[in-house]
Amino acid sequence: MKFVDEFRDPAKAQSLLVEIRQMVARIRPRMNRPLYIMEVCGGHTHAIFRYGIETMLPDEIELVHGPGCPVCVLPMGRIDDCIAIAERPNVIMTTFGDAMRVPGSKKSLLTAKAEGADVRMVYSPLDALQLAKANPDKEVVFFGLGFETTMPSTALTVLRAEAEGIKNFSLFCNHITIIPTVKAILDSPDFQIDGFLGPGHVSMVIGNEPYQFIAKHYQRPIVVSGFEPLDILHGIWMVLKQIDEGRSEVENQYRRIVPEDGNAVALDAIGKVFELREFFEWRGLGSIDHSGVRVREAYAAYDAERKFTVPAVMIADPKACQCGEVLKGIIKPWACRVYGKGCTPETPMGALMVSSEGACAAYFRFGDIEKIRSRRVEAGLEEAGA
Amino acid sequence: MSVIESVIEPEIKIEKRARARLSAANVTLAHGGGGKAMHDLIDNIFIGAFDNALLDTMEDQARMNLSALMRHGDRLAFTTDSYVVSPLEFPGGDIGKLAVCGTINDLAVGGARPLYLSCAVIIEEGLDVELLRRMVWSMAETAKAAGVAIVTGDTKVVGRGACDRLFINTTGIGVIREGLNLRVSSAQIGDAVLVNGMLGDHGATILNARGDMALTTPIASDCAALHGLIDDLLRAAPGTRFIRDATRGGLATVLNEIATASKVGIDIVEAQTPLREEVKGFCEILGLDPLYLANEGKIVCIVTQNEEQAALRAMRAHPLGSESALIGRITNGRPGRVSMQTVFGGRRIVDMLIGEQLPRIC
Repeated sequence: MKFVDEFRDPAKAQSLLVEIRQMVARIRPRMNRPLYIMEVCGGHTHAIFRYGIETMLPDEIELVHGPGCPVCVLPMGRIDDCIAIAERPNVIMTTFGDAMRVPGSKKSLLTAKAEGADVRMVYSPLDALQLAKANPDKEVVFFGLGFETTMPSTALTVLRAEAEGIKNFSLFCNHITIIPTVKAILDSPDFQIDGFLGPGHVSMVIGNEPYQFIAKHYQRPIVVSGFEPLDILHGIWMVLKQIDEGRSEVENQYRRIVPEDGNAVALDAIGKVFELREFFEWRGLGSIDHSGVRVREAYAAYDAERKFTVPAVMIADPKACQCGEVLKGIIKPWACRVYGKGCTPETPMGALMVSSEGACAAYFRFGDIEKIRSRRVEAGLEEAGA
Repeated sequence: MSVIESVIEPEIKIEKRARARLSAANVTLAHGGGGKAMHDLIDNIFIGAFDNALLDTMEDQARMNLSALMRHGDRLAFTTDSYVVSPLEFPGGDIGKLAVCGTINDLAVGGARPLYLSCAVIIEEGLDVELLRRMVWSMAETAKAAGVAIVTGDTKVVGRGACDRLFINTTGIGVIREGLNLRVSSAQIGDAVLVNGMLGDHGATILNARGDMALTTPIASDCAALHGLIDDLLRAAPGTRFIRDATRGGLATVLNEIATASKVGIDIVEAQTPLREEVKGFCEILGLDPLYLANEGKIVCIVTQNEEQAALRAMRAHPLGSESALIGRITNGRPGRVSMQTVFGGRRIVDMLIGEQLPRIC
């Protein structure tokens, strides 16, 4: 594929890897532990596993798979609310594919669909709006979720619904925002990340400026990276180069997509339709201030939370789950009490087993854990047995 | 002598007669009611198209001469499959062609020569009669080209909403040649993994044909009857261990089944796995993995190292195998584990698909 294969060139990867090994050899003696690099975005996690990038890196680099899978971090209570709306007569619930499988406290949208609710998969919120036009006697609800990547398309859909005077469309808004979450991780007492891969698609919307506090205040390098394997490897290379040279800056590896100031049109649409919530609950991480958005009063007519009453019950994560510790890189997925036992991709207990972008599901499906573990044992990073 | 003539009971005399007329534009519940309307539908559409002596006897079952069957080999192969594809017609095929090829392939991958099929249809009331006629003609033509006869059948009509327009079940009978013993548990370390061409075409075509994505891409289903190709392969490489068609769940699922049943590891090389640029692009946009996309004209073959070149040559010489490739090997890795060397130089596990493959959101 033109413009894609160029970013998957194994020869270029090898030359980057040579330099990565050289830098790690220089950095390692200064620190008495592995280097922790967190990729914030679930899209990165997916690509890292899809291309086996972790298996190519030197053992001293540990990738910590961050909170950037919006499907994973959605709490069960919100799914329950979504299902409650979907199960109302006369409602067509629409959403993206992998949101259908996320378990609520009792069931997923897929199960609700099997039981008779009208739940449909769409590829864009505009498809949901089309559906509303085609079904004027039905209430079409779009279950909107995702970070700033998907926020603009939802916002623009609400604006279009208003412009076209479509009354039977509404949004069940579960959009979340990345910066407060990264900050919460940086502030956590057990924080131990040496550098970040910044989310390329989010940054295409918000630009690079919002990450400055990571470099300035927390003194950690962050490199906004693309999603092709060479992008990711190059991003890791850039993070290491900063560490090697004692710098902590915001750098942009994904220049072909990410403008410094983001996308003004998209930001404008987001600002018009959404406002920050006081706090939003994250599966695995708990409540984080100002980390979610809701529909502004001016667009209340398009807000499913105002249009329909929902149970809005908070459901605690199962006690045995250690998603939070995995998200923060304190333990590897397989060290979790329930990994592969009570918690599998077929019957996920914790957030990270839900979507293929979740770290646990990715290891479960793609990761050669025995091999990774034996390498870690050899390198003295993990004890044998256990 | 045709397949039919070879096994038909000699005392049966077939009289040629005129077909019933059918004037309805849409199938109604009356067409499943057992009365004249049903007889007319069956006679006009099905018997007319399948046109063979065994059907024309109008008995409740097809009767075959056992000794004639035994000329083809020493074991009977018997399989069934139901077809519920939506849309009914898609680039490269339709539900009729699929229902014939799919069951032929299920027989052929066991080393059987496919001989007879049944055809049971469940029709949703309101189905356009001309559409039904097209689908049945498609079955008839596919079967004829494959040298297989459709010899018995059933028709049911259900109320609106009770099925999605048209479901077809075909059951097949074939005969396995002496000496062939293909088994999923027989893969040995060092054996080669072969496929007969581009993977994922059917799955991508169906997803695309549903039209949800509004993408235009020139992909067509690979739907084809593979018994000819398999016969060539087995003659060139009689030591072949196992063959399976990579339908639902795609290549990844078949490899996992083999690795589990044979208690071996399998290692494949992404760069050697044949994928069409269009299919790769399609999967790229939707966040799907082509290794899990369905095929309807692709087989995965496990052949011995000694015979791998002969097998590849034979497959490539056949029109349905010109892009055949050796994509990997059976290894002494962890039993049941399939891994892949990625194009990028890394390594990943290729697991069984969990649930349905759903597009990722971002």
